[in-house]
Amino acid sequence: MGATLLEIKDLAVQFFTYQGTVRALEGVSLTVQQGEILGLVGETGCGKSVLARCVLRLIADPPGKITAGEIRFKGRDLLKLGRREIRQIRGNEISMIFQEPMSSLNPVFTVGNQMMEVVILHQRVGRDEARRICVDMLRQVKMPDPEQVLAKYPHELSGGMRQRAMIAMELACRPDLLLADEPTTALDVTVQAQVLSILEELTRQSGAAVLFISHDLGVIAQLCDRVAVMYAGHIAEIAPVAELFASPLHPYTSGLLQAIPRIDEGKAALKVIPGAVPGLIDPPRGCRFHPRCGQRLAPCDREVPAFLEPAPGHCVACHLYASGGRG
Amino acid sequence: MAVNGAQRSIPEPITLNPLFDEFRKQYAWQIRELLFTIRLLRRNPSAVAGFVIIVAMVLMALTAPLLAPYNPIQLSLVDRLNPPCMAHFFGTDELGRDILSRVMYGARISLWIGVVVVLIAGGLGAVIGAVSGYLGKGVDNLIMRVMDVILSFPPLVLAMALAAALGPSLNNAILAVAFVMIPKFARMVRGEALAVKERQFITAARASGAGRFWIVRHHILPNCFSSVIVLGTLILGEAILIAASLSFIGLGAQPPTPEWGAMISVGRKFLMDQWWYATFPGLFILVTVIGFNIFGDALRDVLDPRIRR
Repeated sequence: MGATLLEIKDLAVQFFTYQGTVRALEGVSLTVQQGEILGLVGETGCGKSVLARCVLRLIADPPGKITAGEIRFKGRDLLKLGRREIRQIRGNEISMIFQEPMSSLNPVFTVGNQMMEVVILHQRVGRDEARRICVDMLRQVKMPDPEQVLAKYPHELSGGMRQRAMIAMELACRPDLLLADEPTTALDVTVQAQVLSILEELTRQSGAAVLFISHDLGVIAQLCDRVAVMYAGHIAEIAPVAELFASPLHPYTSGLLQAIPRIDEGKAALKVIPGAVPGLIDPPRGCRFHPRCGQRLAPCDREVPAFLEPAPGHCVACHLYASGGRG
Repeated sequence: MAVNGAQRSIPEPITLNPLFDEFRKQYAWQIRELLFTIRLLRRNPSAVAGFVIIVAMVLMALTAPLLAPYNPIQLSLVDRLNPPCMAHFFGTDELGRDILSRVMYGARISLWIGVVVVLIAGGLGAVIGAVSGYLGKGVDNLIMRVMDVILSFPPLVLAMALAAALGPSLNNAILAVAFVMIPKFARMVRGEALAVKERQFITAARASGAGRFWIVRHHILPNCFSSVIVLGTLILGEAILIAASLSFIGLGAQPPTPEWGAMISVGRKFLMDQWWYATFPGLFILVTVIGFNIFGDALRDVLDPRIRR
């Protein structure tokens, strides 16, 4: 893998609400290498989307606020950039695909109008040139009849077509990093496979790195190079994809893997992680997973576990692997 | 079949001159959309009815000098307050002027007032509302409190004060009425903007690097456009009425000028015995406003891409 493209260090995000302060992210660190596809998995509400939005500084302020940490992209701290500078990066060097392809396009303009807008905005080309780039991109996402699609309104396209149009739009400016926030969750399975293979093909081709957010471990296994597992606003484990699935270290990760239904194991009951995801206004002290953990140790409810690297490239935040633990 | 009628067809190529061809190629898409919009409007009965009324009024205004049987400001004291008859279809007023002629000429002034007021107030109000709603926070508070101050005055009183301060003339009356109407547009568009800015395509636009004013111009305003049109048609009638009231107290159209509202205001005194005086201008205001309203309604339906096909 290439050099480090994106480096997130000790990121903390809080939302100030009437019910109290939601500590959505705490001490989150991860890196994305050039050209790799990093998966980010976790349950609903664990902070995956917040993390992606932080990178582009898209969280609403108020109520949200990035309270600590830094996000280095090509060596520059994105959190310290001015409004104009971050706008230069958005859509141009880092772009983002959202979960709902139905609502990511403006209903009152045609697809072509919106795609060309982005290209003209960033590449300072004329309309004809922008149109050519868009047709070319639509062809690359295997859209039938690209010229016709450009003249259509979003509601005239199917979900899969809209998501492909979004991918085409976001990749049109050749970004170095693509943030994909559950891009296939709203699509049905066959379309999902199609969209994923297009996404993979195009990003591998252009050398763009992808931060791929999903709660679908199957998709992650198929697509990603490395995986980061998140739980309740903390990163639990980061590992190369094969290693994570073969030998998960964090009890949460293994619980997650055991909770996947398997077609070859008959109708045996699934192993469920006991308990429920904690609220983030008053999260458990120490390791946020400890109330549900079957392998709890003494320091778990007091100290936040440090991020360790028990095997090369395989990091985990768990007291089990601290020198004093189950060694 | 009706369904097939909605299919777009590409216009037959006709070669007129190279410049026109160039233009047609460059705007092919826009031309196609326009033709399609017109076709949809033609299949909508209320749009046709509203359009016919508007066109009739506009034609009447334009051709008044040719068609009016009398000079609208010609006094004829012998013919004072004649009821409708063959010589004067709509009767005459207290100075013997032909009401039909005055109504025809009045269309010019009233339509002009309505259209200009809606253009000024709608344009400014929409921009103010969209900026206010999208930027939110302090800006929103400041702008909306200013709008509240304007709204807290009865519209006629404020328009009167402004028109008086600017000096009595038709143009000043138009400016005064437009100013009074701005908050109505601004409030409505702000409300729409608040709803639109939560939609995902706004976040998506921000994620692709769009600036705040770009978003207001390209995403917020176009999404509010259909309601501005509808509100515009409503305000158009109200603007004609307020401008008429200003004319009545001498701050708008000056005396000999035939203006519908001013005619009603004067004719009010004679309503008991000479019903025709106030009735005919009133009827024309009514029909004009209804025409704009139903056309605006139909236009909203046709322009909304979610309904149009």
